[in-house]
Amino acid sequence: MQIDNNQLLRFTTAGSVDDGKSTLIGRLLYDSKSIFEDQLRAIENTSRRRGHDGIDLALFTDGLRDEREQGITIDVAYRYFTTPKRKFIIADTPGHIQYTRNMVTGASTANAAIILVDARHGVIEQTKRHAFIASLLQIPHIIVCVNKMDLVDFNEEVYSKVIKEFEEFSSKFMIKDIRFIPLSALLGDNVVNRSKNMEWYQEAPLLHTLETLHISSDINKIDARFPVQTVLRPQREGFIDYRGYAGRVSSGVFRTGDEVSVIPSGLTSKIKTIDTFDGELEEAYAPMSVSITLDDDIDISRGDMIVRSKNLPETSQDIEVMLCWLNRTPAKPKAKYTIMHTSNEQKAIIKEIIYKIDINTLKSKSDGTTLCMNDICKVKIRTTKPLMFDSYRENRTTGSIILIDDATNETAAAGMIV
Amino acid sequence: MSKYYLNYLDELESEAIYVLREVWVQFQNPVILFSGGKDSIVVTHLARKAFYPSKIPFPLLHVDTGHNFPETIKFRNDLTKELGLELLVGSVQKSIDQGRVTEEKGKHATRNALQITTLLDTIEENKIDCAIGGGRRDEEKARAKERFFSHRDEFGQWDPKNQRPELWNIFNGKYFEGEHFRAFPISNWTEMDVWNYIKKEQIEIPSLYYAHERKVVWRSNSWIPHSEFLVLGEKEEVLIKKIRFRTLGDITITGGIESDADTLEKIVDEVAAMRNTERGNRSDDKRSETAMEDRKRQGYF
Repeated sequence: MQIDNNQLLRFTTAGSVDDGKSTLIGRLLYDSKSIFEDQLRAIENTSRRRGHDGIDLALFTDGLRDEREQGITIDVAYRYFTTPKRKFIIADTPGHIQYTRNMVTGASTANAAIILVDARHGVIEQTKRHAFIASLLQIPHIIVCVNKMDLVDFNEEVYSKVIKEFEEFSSKFMIKDIRFIPLSALLGDNVVNRSKNMEWYQEAPLLHTLETLHISSDINKIDARFPVQTVLRPQREGFIDYRGYAGRVSSGVFRTGDEVSVIPSGLTSKIKTIDTFDGELEEAYAPMSVSITLDDDIDISRGDMIVRSKNLPETSQDIEVMLCWLNRTPAKPKAKYTIMHTSNEQKAIIKEIIYKIDINTLKSKSDGTTLCMNDICKVKIRTTKPLMFDSYRENRTTGSIILIDDATNETAAAGMIV
Repeated sequence: MSKYYLNYLDELESEAIYVLREVWVQFQNPVILFSGGKDSIVVTHLARKAFYPSKIPFPLLHVDTGHNFPETIKFRNDLTKELGLELLVGSVQKSIDQGRVTEEKGKHATRNALQITTLLDTIEENKIDCAIGGGRRDEEKARAKERFFSHRDEFGQWDPKNQRPELWNIFNGKYFEGEHFRAFPISNWTEMDVWNYIKKEQIEIPSLYYAHERKVVWRSNSWIPHSEFLVLGEKEEVLIKKIRFRTLGDITITGGIESDADTLEKIVDEVAAMRNTERGNRSDDKRSETAMEDRKRQGYF
């Protein structure tokens, strides 16, 4: 495989036991020859023991002991495969409503979402939920796989009906790119190989689609943002006065000589060098990890952000956030949480729940005074010091936060700044 | 016109550097778990890049089972010296001598599980709050569910059903006294990625990974190296074969494969054509379907 230009694509799959999600992943791995013989043998043995005919592709995604026993995915599992064109990371998440938080987690880093629809049932509540989460987390590409086409005689009308239903309900969502593929994960039609049973479908099978999605524009290339993770002060020969700001470019491009501002202080300087172990660079772009030095000696520490002076993020102590509650312990009214936003950390309070979203009907309701696990709602948050942020829609890195419960240290909620 | 996207290997490298820097800022006393295997060597190499021009700000921690390949120990000593790092060693032999653990008996005895106690004791003695490992999610089904920042309770245990959700690239490394974390910067790498990276970066690795002639015994479908610790079965005979190792663990359980791959280029080609997983040659994983998960719950790497 060529390394030079091959990109990494992260995609998420949401689905339940019945819609064939595990079979689809198994099929992708199997037909792209990403399954090793010893894994195959183990699966063959298990299939035989459980009395299945042939090999049950779904078993490839079996994970923890509890999951094997119950036959369901509980947590996010990551799988990997590579083709001559790309490397893929699958965040395999459970699809049931009680696992909304896992779907949100899997969706947070994805370039693409695969949403499975059972051709026999068409668009159901769960489909809407998955599409909603994908749009909420701003996954740039959505691929709707109309699965089990073999059970509806590969009928084009069934497929067209699903597209129509999907287009109708999703028209109010923010979805940038959406595609539909009719397939049969069980038989392999249109997964890796083009289906011979659906000549009416002229576009690419799933794998080819994944291999060719245009993803290099998924990251914001306009707003230059560099959250400082730590300051490198080597204090050793040759580097006595070195003071490098280490971090990963969240978005945009930085070049040596650029006029930059350090926020929140607002002090300005110019980029002197962009350093890496392999040498100095002329420019750095997302998601590169580098160390930046400036012309002037200014006081910068973790939590600060270096940005281009002509393009500043918003600054405020009051933010509106779409919040997904992740923890078993409900939100305590007016309680303080630790908020983490890029490399910045401080205290925050949930001041108000503006509305809650009923994940089944996707309608907002205003009766919410409590926040329980899997709830999705719009809230007002106040922080002890101003946050420097962009809206999540424009920037997934500088627009996202998590809340940590100080009593348990657990991650209580994830939020997208509106 | 320059391109403004990274190839997948550069992206994985950048992600790992980001994770290592987060570990450094979020913890007081982190260490790199160093086994002398390729994954921990790659993590150490990445740490070098993450903090350049500073030197690596972590000590290396080696859990020494006493059943080592001599080549691994020499490699470990040379590397720590070259990088000017502190080396912490947790000794399984000492744990046995102190009566903390009991040695397994018989032909299939290994010190694999005993390492857990030694590791946890060493973590406690040295007040380590984060142990950075070279674990990868592609290695094993239980590892597929690991977080980058993985919480361990005060008994050092992993609770896979109660893990903290990890969203975007925001890592929550908060803990209470007595608890600790494991961090896995190369979570998203596969075996192939590791080898491609070693080749690209020309990283030095122990000679054991290259094809060489060795005295071996055929056991559990792989060539187990002959050593003073090996108890021979009645029908087992010692042969000389040209082999190499895909993973390095205890000398008693690490099986080699027959191979002529004596350069990085040949190894990469060979790995690309492999039809079995690398841990397929590790008898520690073959004990049951959930052997890895069970050990990980107790505090294994």
